Amino acid sequence: MQQTNINTLEVTVQRGTHDAPQDEIFQVPAYENQTILDVVSWIQHYADPSLTYRFACRVGMCGSCAMMVNGEPRWACRTHVNKVLDKNKMHIAPLRNLPVIKDLAVDMDPFFDKWIQAEGKHHPTQTRNDPIAPVQPETAARVEANAGIECINCSICYAACDTVAGNPDYLGPAALQRAWTVFNDAKNESKQVILDAVSGASGCHNCHSMGSCTHYCPNDLDPMSAISGLKRETAKAFFKGRTNA
Amino acid sequence: MKAPARAHPLWLAFMLHRLSGLALALFLPAHFWLLSLALTQPQRLDSFLQFAENPIVKIAEFGLVLLLSVHIFGGLRLLALEFMPWSHSQKTLAAGAVGLSLFISTIFLLQAL
Amino acid sequence: MLDLKLYMAQRISAMIMGPLVLGHLAVMIYAIQGGLSSAEILSRTQGSIFWFVFYGTFVIVVSVHAAIGMRVIMHEWLGLKGVTLPLFTWSLCLILLFMGARAVTAVTLL
Repeated sequence: MQQTNINTLEVTVQRGTHDAPQDEIFQVPAYENQTILDVVSWIQHYADPSLTYRFACRVGMCGSCAMMVNGEPRWACRTHVNKVLDKNKMHIAPLRNLPVIKDLAVDMDPFFDKWIQAEGKHHPTQTRNDPIAPVQPETAARVEANAGIECINCSICYAACDTVAGNPDYLGPAALQRAWTVFNDAKNESKQVILDAVSGASGCHNCHSMGSCTHYCPNDLDPMSAISGLKRETAKAFFKGRTNA
Repeated sequence: MKAPARAHPLWLAFMLHRLSGLALALFLPAHFWLLSLALTQPQRLDSFLQFAENPIVKIAEFGLVLLLSVHIFGGLRLLALEFMPWSHSQKTLAAGAVGLSLFISTIFLLQAL
Repeated sequence: MLDLKLYMAQRISAMIMGPLVLGHLAVMIYAIQGGLSSAEILSRTQGSIFWFVFYGTFVIVVSVHAAIGMRVIMHEWLGLKGVTLPLFTWSLCLILLFMGARAVTAVTLL
């Protein structure tokens, strides 16, 4: 979509705090090659230095610049203005489903707290004195685990998920995907501990498979399938009577 | 803040499943009450059944069967998605099968009317 | 707001209901041919142990399934939580069970 005849973009930015959000409109010059990060940076450099936003790598590796663009969670640095312009307008807001600290910066604590709550951490089977255990990359479990390990915790899936929006306690796609990768890790010991952690009232069974997480993940990961894996395993454990839930 | 764009198919399937379930759950008590009229007021049940010959009612019944088909085949799709470790293309096939089943059941219904 | 137990109840009731629903649809399509009257229905179902078991099972699983489904909607869309949530779920389940049992009895065991 070439917008060669546009000189100025009308950018609406949701600013303020969580309890007092406020839309503010900026007129931003249009350039040939421009990302949302370029737009936001321009505003902060030339229009209003008090605009708060996050970024780091600016090349789509770190996930720091995740925000809502026209209602969709995206990485600002990897979203070309041409792709989202509506005539010459766009709307930028902080990530959904997380408390707003100020302007476009959200509090990532709930996201990381749930990461831990889902028990997505390593439970070692050996000590440093044992020989290194080899992991076969072709095994089904390793392939399954590998599908989710490139998550960079950008929280786009969490912002996209309507179940998170309706159920603030729900652990969310990223945390559950991590739990699934650890579950499938050959070196990890306590499988049932993970299953129990994701079987509570806020666990994987709240997922409705609406797939917004997979749809929006910029790394092309598939948390929905990971959660389905957890559902299968918890159901199996249920039938074997091993559940502690 | 604007809500996320939701045009993607899996989300639509989710919404369809939820709304059809909601509608069926609201319909169910009325359905049970009507049938229990056979116990207490059979003439009232009969007069309702006669009234139900009305084409508007037939269309409403078709709507109900549609809701039921949508909900059950959507549910079967969900069960396949969650419990069968299938690849993505097979899931598309499952979705296609669902669509086909819906089509067939509608045909049958039209035959019956 | 679904833990493993509620999820399994939902999925298992769904799986039991699958053949029951398909059967019900088939029965309805057959039964409505050429109009319907209460006498017609009752002549087929009165005193029938088969229909009693068929629809009795149907009522039980649908009460469980609908109650849990509505629980999710009440929580995610209307923000219902705390003690009111299980209260609502159980009430709906029992209401459907009671009304459904009455309907089944009315049609099979009169």
